[in-house]
Amino acid sequence: MNEKISRTRKIKCAIMNALIWSAAGVICLILLGIILYILGKGLPHISLKLLTSKPSLLNETTGILPNILNTLYIILMTLIIVLPLGVGSAIYLNEYAKKKKLVRTIELAIETLAGIPSIIYGLVGMLIFVQFCSLGTSLIAGSLTLVIMTLPTIIRTTQESLKTVPDSYREGGLALGAGKWYMIRTAVLPSAIDGIVTGCILSVGRIVGESAALLFTAGMANEVLGLFDAVMPNNAGSTLTVSLYMYAKERGDFDTAFAIAAVLLILTFGLNLLAKFAARKLRKGQ
Amino acid sequence: MKTRTGKMKKTADILEKIMNFIFTVCGFMAVAFVLIITIFLVISGTPAIAEIGITDFLFGTKWASTAAEPSFGILPFILSSVYGTFGAILIGVPLGILCAVFIAKIAGKKISSIVSGAVNLMSGIPSVVYGFLGMILIVPTVREVFRLPDGANLFSAIIVLAIMILPSVISVSETAIRSVPREYEEASLALGATKTETIFKVTLPAAKSGILASVVLGIGRAIGEAMAVMMVAGNVANMPGIFKSVRFLTTAVASEMSYSSGLQRQALFSVALVLFVFILGINLILNLVVKKERK
Repeated sequence: MNEKISRTRKIKCAIMNALIWSAAGVICLILLGIILYILGKGLPHISLKLLTSKPSLLNETTGILPNILNTLYIILMTLIIVLPLGVGSAIYLNEYAKKKKLVRTIELAIETLAGIPSIIYGLVGMLIFVQFCSLGTSLIAGSLTLVIMTLPTIIRTTQESLKTVPDSYREGGLALGAGKWYMIRTAVLPSAIDGIVTGCILSVGRIVGESAALLFTAGMANEVLGLFDAVMPNNAGSTLTVSLYMYAKERGDFDTAFAIAAVLLILTFGLNLLAKFAARKLRKGQ
Repeated sequence: MKTRTGKMKKTADILEKIMNFIFTVCGFMAVAFVLIITIFLVISGTPAIAEIGITDFLFGTKWASTAAEPSFGILPFILSSVYGTFGAILIGVPLGILCAVFIAKIAGKKISSIVSGAVNLMSGIPSVVYGFLGMILIVPTVREVFRLPDGANLFSAIIVLAIMILPSVISVSETAIRSVPREYEEASLALGATKTETIFKVTLPAAKSGILASVVLGIGRAIGEAMAVMMVAGNVANMPGIFKSVRFLTTAVASEMSYSSGLQRQALFSVALVLFVFILGINLILNLVVKKERK
C-alpha cells in the first residue's frame, strides 16, 4: 500500500503530523512552564507568618490572612445562596416545566448569563447591590454578584445528572402514591447528587479565580473580619485574586504576588483533582 | 381515621403546591437576572450616549475623559478589542484545533488523558495569574526582542489572550472531532487516504460547525477578558497599533471606574453597554451555529 503514495503526499503528511505533535507539546510546555515558574518563585516566599498575619504599614510586613478569609467567606456566602436557587431551577426545568418553548427560553437565558464577561458582572453588581440595594462595597455585595455568575454552572451540572436519573424511579415513586415533591426529594435528588457536588466544586473554582467581578463590589480592604462582620453591609475585603492584582500592579511587591499566585495555583489544582475524584467516587457509589 | 387521612392529604397537597410555586420561581430566576442586567445597563448606559451623541461616542477617535475639555470617543477601545481578539484567535485557534486533533485522534489513551488533563488545569488558572505572568515574562521579552521603550502593548495582550482561550477552544473542538461518525473516516481510509489526510480532509470538515462554535466561544472569552489585559496592554487610550499601548473595552471600564464621576462615569457605563451588545451578538451567533449543528 505505502509505496503507492507519492513522495509529496508522504512529506505533506509528515509535516502535518509534526505540527499536531508540536501543538500538543507547546501546550504542555506552556502549562509546565507556568507551574514550575510560579511555584519556584512563589513557594520560597510562603511562610507561616505570611499566611497568618495581616499587612502592617508600621512594621512593614505583609500578610495574606485577610485575603484567605475573605475568599472563604465569599465562597461560603455564594454557595449558600446559589445552591438552592440553582438546584431548584434545574428541578423546575427537568421535572416541572412542560412547555418546550418555555424551557428553551430559560435555557437561552442561562446560556446568556454564562457568556457575560465578569467585568460586566462587576459593574452591574456595583449598580444593583452596592448602590441600588445600598449594601456598600462589601463582601456580601460581592457574593451576591457571584451568585448570578455561578448560577449557570450549578443549573447545568444539576440538570445533566437529573437527566440521567431513570424515569422508572419517578414512575415508581408516583405509583406508590407519593406526591411529586416527595418523589423528587426521596427518589430523584439523591441520585442526582453527583451533579450537584460537581457543580459546587466548579463554582468554588470559578469564585477562587474571579477578580474583575469583585474589584468594584467587594472592594480592596485588607482587614481581618469575623464571620459575623463578613455578612454585614459596608464591610469590604479583597480576595486572594484581587490582592494579587493589587500587589503586582499597584504596589509592585512581586514577592508577595508570587506567593499569592502559588497559593492560588495550588488551590485551583486541588479543586480540579477534587472534582475528578468526586465525580468518580459518586458515580461508583450509585 | 377517614378525616385524618383526609387532613394529611390536604396538607400534603398544600405542600405540593408551595413547592411547585418555589421551583417555578427558581426556574425563572435566570430569565429575571438577564432582564435585570439588561435594564440596569440600558438605563445607566444611555444618558451619556445621548449627551455625547451616538456617532461622536462610537466613532470618536479621542478619549480624554479627565481633560479640561473632555472628549469621549470610544473607537480606540472598540478597535483595540477587535484587533486584540482577532490576533488571539489567529494564534490560539490553529494551535487549539491541532491539539484537539492530537487528543482525539493521534495520541494513545494514556497520553491523550495526560494532555487533556493539562488543558483542564490550564482552564482553572485564574486570569490575574495569567496577567501577572504576562507582566513578568512576556512584557519584558517583547520589549527586548523588538527593542521597544515599553513592552506593555497590544502584541503582549494578544499573546496572553491566545494562551487564555486555548482551553475553551480545545475542549469544544475535541468534542466536535470525537462526534464525527466513524464510518466517514473508515470510508476515507478504505479509499487509500492516509490517517493524516483523513483527519484534515474528512474529520475536520465534518466537525466544522462544532469547531466554529469553539472559535466563537474563544472570541467571547477574549473580548470579555479584563484583568489579564489590564496588566499587559499598557492601558493608554491610543488608536490600536501592534506595538502601541492600548485599552480594550473591558479595561476602559475597569481602569477608570474607581475614581470616575459625572459624565465620565456615565460614559464608562455606556462603554459597558457597548461591550454587552457585542457579547449578546456573539452569543446569538454561537446559538445559530449550535442550532445548525443539531439539525
